[in-house]
Amino acid sequence: MSRDVLVVMEQKRDAGWHRTSVEALAAGQKLAAELGVGCSAVVVGDAGGLAAELAGTKKLDAVWSVTHELLRVYTADGWVAALQQLIAEVKPGYVVFPHTYQVRDYAPALATRLGQTLISDVTAMRVADAKPVFVRQWMQGKLNADYVHVGDGVCLVSVQAGSFRADEVQAGACEVREFAPVIEAAGIRTKAGEPFREAAQTVDLSAAPVIVSVGRGIGEQENLGIVEELAEALGAELAASRPICDAGWLPMERQVGSSGQTVAPKLYVAIGISGAIQHLVGMKGAKTVLAVNKDEAAPIFEVADIGVVGDLFEIVPALTKAIKSAA
Amino acid sequence: MKIVVAVKQVPERDAVLHVADDGRGVDESELAWTMNEPDAYALEEALQLKEREGSGEVVVICAGPERVVSTLREALAKGADRAIHVVTAEDGLSVRDTLGVARLLADAVKDEAADLVLTGLQSDDLGAGQTGVVMAELLGVPHATLVLAVERVGDGIKVKRELEDGWFQQVEMPLPALLTIQSGGNKLRYATLMGIKKAKSKETREVEAAGVQARVDEVVKVAAPERVKRIEMLTGSPDEIAAKIVEKLKFEVKVL
Repeated sequence: MSRDVLVVMEQKRDAGWHRTSVEALAAGQKLAAELGVGCSAVVVGDAGGLAAELAGTKKLDAVWSVTHELLRVYTADGWVAALQQLIAEVKPGYVVFPHTYQVRDYAPALATRLGQTLISDVTAMRVADAKPVFVRQWMQGKLNADYVHVGDGVCLVSVQAGSFRADEVQAGACEVREFAPVIEAAGIRTKAGEPFREAAQTVDLSAAPVIVSVGRGIGEQENLGIVEELAEALGAELAASRPICDAGWLPMERQVGSSGQTVAPKLYVAIGISGAIQHLVGMKGAKTVLAVNKDEAAPIFEVADIGVVGDLFEIVPALTKAIKSAA
Repeated sequence: MKIVVAVKQVPERDAVLHVADDGRGVDESELAWTMNEPDAYALEEALQLKEREGSGEVVVICAGPERVVSTLREALAKGADRAIHVVTAEDGLSVRDTLGVARLLADAVKDEAADLVLTGLQSDDLGAGQTGVVMAELLGVPHATLVLAVERVGDGIKVKRELEDGWFQQVEMPLPALLTIQSGGNKLRYATLMGIKKAKSKETREVEAAGVQARVDEVVKVAAPERVKRIEMLTGSPDEIAAKIVEKLKFEVKVL
């Protein structure tokens, strides 16, 4: 077995790369450079000539294009079979995935087939004594845990969205290598339907210059009023973290985070939001973040510019009053 | 339909966390524990499926030391019919990797010959988001992740799964199958007084955990993250803080 790095790229439904897979490519190249080993990439079910585009523009040893009649539509069974066979052929030491919904669907099964686990949702990596250390978040971001892979098998890692920089991908050129896996139709146990959207989105938070966002800390639906008043005083759009929308207190279309909207306002006010990573990926592009939370260890304070540790039921009304009298 | 729901007991959301003395885990001595929220949604989906079908059985399973019995009891009080406790040592989960923990659960589930196995899409503590999919692989059954709704179609099921950016997808598969449930698909129920009373007479079977296999990944250090961004913390009375914020919004952020 080599110690080379293999990066699994992911295509978006419509066209182009899933952004996180370009970040995974940057992570893979960096890991390979620090270990002094080669780096290749793989595209499963390439439909739009993306493998060729990748090979023509990025610094890699090879781009593997894995195609098969049964890989036109994503299924976990198809992807596991294809990648298991490619890994047996290429024998990489490390496989780097983007931590996307799709990867979460198949990579743990692939890891199990290989007798491994996936070191998932990695936010940073470093090499110490020629051995990589991967950092994962525990307890919704309150702690960082350093993981190392042990044993002789292949090491599987997925990287979190926004943790590596897509603009640091090294340019270059290499060849496309075709790989045809053996996949039986009977081995695909699920039937995947066409992706669809529900009612057209009517709230576009992505263009809002000011957003007031509310999280679990608000406690009860009846308490939302004080946050609505603050949003009104600021002329802001109202948004929320997932639990608030899950509970039906605000419509799903006002959700910010990995399963909701991605926003980049001038000011993002986070009220009672602890800052689980699923929320942070949706708002860390904000220019200024003001966070109010009773827990000083809340991860939201790691991305905030202005922080207040305290009781939101005292701070928020006082702030609304002060803004109104300043206007 | 016989449904097994695998749940995890995790520290309470507001718990104050301390790193263990060896620097490689969380000090559990003073933690309060609760049911992992995504697993509560999996339990809710199972209970509603049973109610819709008008028959069937919901079995809840949890691996861990003695303390996890309280989480199993909570599930029974909410309406699960019986419970399986895979009994481990105090550090039974941390000495195993994801594969090891999934193996404990899969071994215990195997004998149940369930039609459907449900679990939450990830845990609120370690957040690996893998146990369900690994269990499916160990059990040799098809799976779907991030599921919001389950519907019976002929001999199999049709599920609605969440994709990224507000997209969804229907996926069909035969039974038996395993689904990881996304939160928000249902409204969680509370245990009623009657439910809590009834739970006392429901069966909890203990299964001894199999031996520990060597981990393929190892946690070498746990620590609070370093603050990378310079944050200005404001202090004072609520009115003083509000005044300071208004200053900043006016002159620095310039939104007022």
